[in-house]
Amino acid sequence: MDMLISVLVILAKITCIFGGVITLAALTTLAERKVSAWIQFRHGPNRVGPWGILQPLADGVKFIYKEELVPDGANQVMFYLAPAMVAMPAMMGIAVLPFAAVSPLYQDTGPLAIANLDLSVLFILAFSGLSIYGVILGGWASNSKFSLLGALRASAQMISYELALLLSVAAILLMAGSANLVDIANDQQGSIFNWYIWKQPLAFLLFLIATFAETNRHPFDFAECEPELVAGFHTEYSSMRFALFFLGEYCAIIVMCAMTCTFFLGGFHVPFWADAPWFVQAGMFLAKICFFLFLFIWVRWTLPRFRFDQLMGLGWKTFLPLALLNLFVTGALVAAGVY
Amino acid sequence: MLNDYLPILIMVGAVVGFGIVNLVISELLGAKRRVVGKGQAYECGLAPKGDSRMRISIHFYLVAVLFILFDVESLLLLPWAISAKSLTAAGVGGTVFAEVTAFVVVLGLGLAYVWRKGGLTWDR
Repeated sequence: MDMLISVLVILAKITCIFGGVITLAALTTLAERKVSAWIQFRHGPNRVGPWGILQPLADGVKFIYKEELVPDGANQVMFYLAPAMVAMPAMMGIAVLPFAAVSPLYQDTGPLAIANLDLSVLFILAFSGLSIYGVILGGWASNSKFSLLGALRASAQMISYELALLLSVAAILLMAGSANLVDIANDQQGSIFNWYIWKQPLAFLLFLIATFAETNRHPFDFAECEPELVAGFHTEYSSMRFALFFLGEYCAIIVMCAMTCTFFLGGFHVPFWADAPWFVQAGMFLAKICFFLFLFIWVRWTLPRFRFDQLMGLGWKTFLPLALLNLFVTGALVAAGVY
Repeated sequence: MLNDYLPILIMVGAVVGFGIVNLVISELLGAKRRVVGKGQAYECGLAPKGDSRMRISIHFYLVAVLFILFDVESLLLLPWAISAKSLTAAGVGGTVFAEVTAFVVVLGLGLAYVWRKGGLTWDR
């Protein structure tokens, strides 16, 4: 009986959190178009539902009824599976995001997260790394030059910036003494000055910029930069498979934003209100995530695109040494007992 | 232990189910109108030329090898990062930090070597 209840609780949490994040990803596609439109003095989508709010739903239905094109000479099985291989690992990261300190559900002790693992930081990083396989296979299996070049660039870029990401996260683990996202958030409880962003400004900058590169977003979107590569690794994809690539990309962005909030901005904790009820904490967390989502779109229309050799140079020659140095200094301060 | 990972297993099921349903549903409901030329790879409207699986720059291979080296090395730093505070509390923080310093110096020397050898130069 206890087993049944705990499984039901898990299913309820998966329905709410997984469903909620997928909805947020769909709304982000709308926000992407709306914000882009505002920045360019246009209206953006405004025909489907009030204020265009149902546009993602209409897009989804249209994706389902579109023809699935497979290019001649494509590697059928890999071409078929690649979109799911990008989307699924990106969505797995949702499983460990904590939305509140105490779960409101029946017989559910612990934080409001699908799973509360001791190594949740590594869990997210490991699964976000797996997405690269889908990108490479999708690009290679398409039997198209643009796709192959896009996939190569995307994979080189993602693995290069994963190093900077990992090393700047290591500094955070040093500060918190734990790899559990809940512990890291709890350590920044209370005043706004407990946020790690004040103690780790360099790690914050490195992490934020590395997330842009890791999710192939502007100004680092070489995998799909339109003037050179049409759409990069998903040039040949249509219908729901194309949508899965997109959904995976936006889920990855949301998970990365959630990690940035938890590492540097106190996560689900409301500043100056330590024991806020769960819905206030979840709302606060969502608000912080939405700020970073807006930042992602804002940057897209503000900065010019880099060149690929500049990107790789920045990753290996600037970010990697800086992240190592930051880790070293943080380690020295922790060993000296300052932090 | 198992209880911690039970939600993960169920989540894997949900995510895989989501992926499969999305792949199958548009396979079943999508339009199917195959005509000659629709299967051509997109090359800006012209007929595709040559083989798409072309030879690629050795640099991509080099980046992959370097990534594996540095990623594994930085992963080895994480157990120290997690336990550094308790080590300091136990009074051995300085000793362990000296060992980590030696490790990071080796890591840095490796990076300097690759840099010097031109492994990080792209525009040649």
